[in-house]
Amino acid sequence: MHYDWSFGFLLQYSKLIAIGTAYTIGFTLLTAASGFVIGCVVAIASLSKMRFVSTPLVMLVEVFRCTPVLVQLVWIYYALPVLIGVELSPAVAAFIALSFYGGAFYSEIIRGGIVSIDMGQWDAGRALGMRRFDLMRRIVMPQALKRMIPPLVNQAVLQLKNTSLLSVLAVPDLLYQGQLITSATYRPLETYTMIAAIYFIILFPMTRAASVLEARLAR
Amino acid sequence: MSSQEGNGPVSDAPMIELAHVKKSFGAVNVLKDISLRVPRGGVVALIGPSGSGKSTLLRCLNLLTIPESGYIRVGQSAMDFTNGHKLPADKELAAFRARTGMVFQNFNLFPHMSAIQNVMEGPVTVLKVAPEAARVTALALLDKVGLKDKADVAPDKLSGGQKQRVAIARALAMKPQVMLFDEATSALDPELVGEVLAVVRQLAAEGMTMVLVTHEMAFAREVADTVVFMRDGVVVEEGPARQVIDAPRQPSTRTFLSHFHNSGLTSAAVNG
Repeated sequence: MHYDWSFGFLLQYSKLIAIGTAYTIGFTLLTAASGFVIGCVVAIASLSKMRFVSTPLVMLVEVFRCTPVLVQLVWIYYALPVLIGVELSPAVAAFIALSFYGGAFYSEIIRGGIVSIDMGQWDAGRALGMRRFDLMRRIVMPQALKRMIPPLVNQAVLQLKNTSLLSVLAVPDLLYQGQLITSATYRPLETYTMIAAIYFIILFPMTRAASVLEARLAR
Repeated sequence: MSSQEGNGPVSDAPMIELAHVKKSFGAVNVLKDISLRVPRGGVVALIGPSGSGKSTLLRCLNLLTIPESGYIRVGQSAMDFTNGHKLPADKELAAFRARTGMVFQNFNLFPHMSAIQNVMEGPVTVLKVAPEAARVTALALLDKVGLKDKADVAPDKLSGGQKQRVAIARALAMKPQVMLFDEATSALDPELVGEVLAVVRQLAAEGMTMVLVTHEMAFAREVADTVVFMRDGVVVEEGPARQVIDAPRQPSTRTFLSHFHNSGLTSAAVNG
């Protein structure tokens, strides 16, 4: 089969593509940060001995881990407003869904990092008279964070890919812009090839960096 | 639980006082009604077979392990765990622990900090000492344990004996009233035991009140005033170090010590 490849027409849509890229990266950074905060809170709470704190949070995490993020997006945008009586913009709904989805996975990574720290480190900090917060801040977290970095980077890679789901709520991310361009030009092959290439160009260095880090930390 | 500060016992009262301390893990009674007194400047060696409860007892002394019942006093800080007293809060536990120094079998140095940062950590984070002042004190303590030139070295670049000496300096940096040693030489290669024991010996000579859980019988005999032999969570025999080790009264003490006499470990440690 013969096909005349022609990427030239995409130039006139460069602004659209730039906006899409900015949305994709922006949403990734934003929800990675908020997801990390949620993950930290859930991880620390789930390690606490207070059941009434840990049980509901663990259940919330399981809900986000065991449902597709696409369903979560749609549910939060269309269903949650019925419950709370407040209309959510697509961006806000997307932010909530991706933050909690990311947080659910971050919390497991963070919890794993914390429990991987030798009990002797906790003993040594406690023996010096450290209270919980200082023990976490000065002794446990600096060591745990180092071990968490590779899985956290991997999760951020997934997070970026998940932003492509935002297009179903008409958030102008990369994929959504691609759909716009396609419907205007009827050239899906070039458009979606370029969209895929942009994702690859952003993510490939990240995954490389993650495996280099992993190798360095394993030594 | 009650904390007493100030107007505490007068100076001839024991530095450490334990009364009727009990602890169990699940169905296992690890400590069955232990009472113990250590005078100011006294050195007590806790000996006994593994599983006898001696390490648990030591950990109760700085509340790393919380006893189920009993009374514990170190210096002027006292905690009462007898029925009806609620468990101490994190803040009170931390304050209690800050006044005791503990040295662990596996050193437990903070691997993300240099030797001197390990020693400065307690004073800076817990006592809120200015870092510059803490550094001066820490350097003096490292000098005392013979490691001044290793101040900026990471723990994983130190030998076992050096790590343990840094750990001792770290504990001393808190200016503790008592020092607790939990099998401080058990994880060391035999040729490194001596350098750690030398530091402990020096502390004893300076009048530091100490409780040592140890398998170094010759060292216990030399440095400790009192030896306490524990088995199955009870104190079987307690007395002057030389008497307990050279002429134990209880059959089970005799049996336990015979392993050491036979293997010749006792003389090896003295020379260390």
